[in-house]
Amino acid sequence: MKSLVILCFSLMAMALRPEGGYDVGDTVSDFKLKNVDGQMVSLSDFKGAKGFIVIFDCNTCPMSKAYNSRIIELNKKFSSQGFPVIAINPNSAKVSEGESYDKMVAYAKSHNYDFPYLYDDSQETVRKFYPTNTPHVFVLNKISNQLKVAYIGAIDNNSRDGSKADKHYVEDAVNDLLVGKSVATPKTRAIGCSIKWKNS
Amino acid sequence: MKTLALFFALAVSVACYSQAIVKLPELQEMMNEGQKVKVVNFWATWCAPCIKEMPFLERLNRDNQNVKVLLVSLDFDLDHDQSKITSFVMRKKLNSEVVILDEPDPNAWIPKIDKNWSGALPATLIMNPSTGKRKLIQGELKNDDLEKSIAEVSK
Repeated sequence: MKSLVILCFSLMAMALRPEGGYDVGDTVSDFKLKNVDGQMVSLSDFKGAKGFIVIFDCNTCPMSKAYNSRIIELNKKFSSQGFPVIAINPNSAKVSEGESYDKMVAYAKSHNYDFPYLYDDSQETVRKFYPTNTPHVFVLNKISNQLKVAYIGAIDNNSRDGSKADKHYVEDAVNDLLVGKSVATPKTRAIGCSIKWKNS
Repeated sequence: MKTLALFFALAVSVACYSQAIVKLPELQEMMNEGQKVKVVNFWATWCAPCIKEMPFLERLNRDNQNVKVLLVSLDFDLDHDQSKITSFVMRKKLNSEVVILDEPDPNAWIPKIDKNWSGALPATLIMNPSTGKRKLIQGELKNDDLEKSIAEVSK
């Protein structure tokens, strides 16, 4: 019976995570990607981090724009508590020219980003996470020096107006982790822009 | 009097061109009614690949009377201005039926459309109400995606 329950849960999880992207509970391998300041960034650079709020976000998606100030707020609130925001642009500039490195640099500057906004030209790292839309969040939790996926999904449940959201998924997930609890809602979905994969 | 007549003419024309605002149960009813295969496309005026693939859906709506094309706008998720959708539909001269879904809490309703849908736009659900067969296409439609899927669910 127990194995049947586990099987059902794994099937449900499979249905939600396409193409073998990281699922909740999976261990994330580190990466090295170019930041908008020209420096290479890895997760291991953040020595004191308890985890990360990895957000796949871009320059052009109206949904991303709607969440921009909320993403900046997440970093202000949680980087000092050990969960910094790491933004990664998942889109190929070859498919959507508005996603080029130069435009990322300009975008980060005009919005005063105080967190990394990383460029993944090969989309190799992006493929490992396999986000499906922007903005798409992966909260990572450090457990005995390994980074485990603790949450995958949306920032909150109101794209139009954050002040009217009554579920703050990412905040709640990080707050759960900060007090040593497992995340109550580990997966959510939202309407968003699809990822611009190259050669697709 | 003249102003009043003008007002009525305007009101009638807006009513003709504006799109129905629906809740999830009404949308589900539209998807499941009758015998025709439904091609239900989820889009928004701000979604570039949605706009790019629209000619495929419009052509299908024009050429194949055996299927019903339904374009479901998710614009309200980001902006509650119905006139933007109406002016888009008029500008693009869309002939397929357009409805606007007005539902809060996407995480609650997205899986009720299809358990495999991530929520990314565009997405197109091809379904046969008589047999329950369905196919979900996530991302931009290409070439004969629609024709193939219609054949698949019609078997």
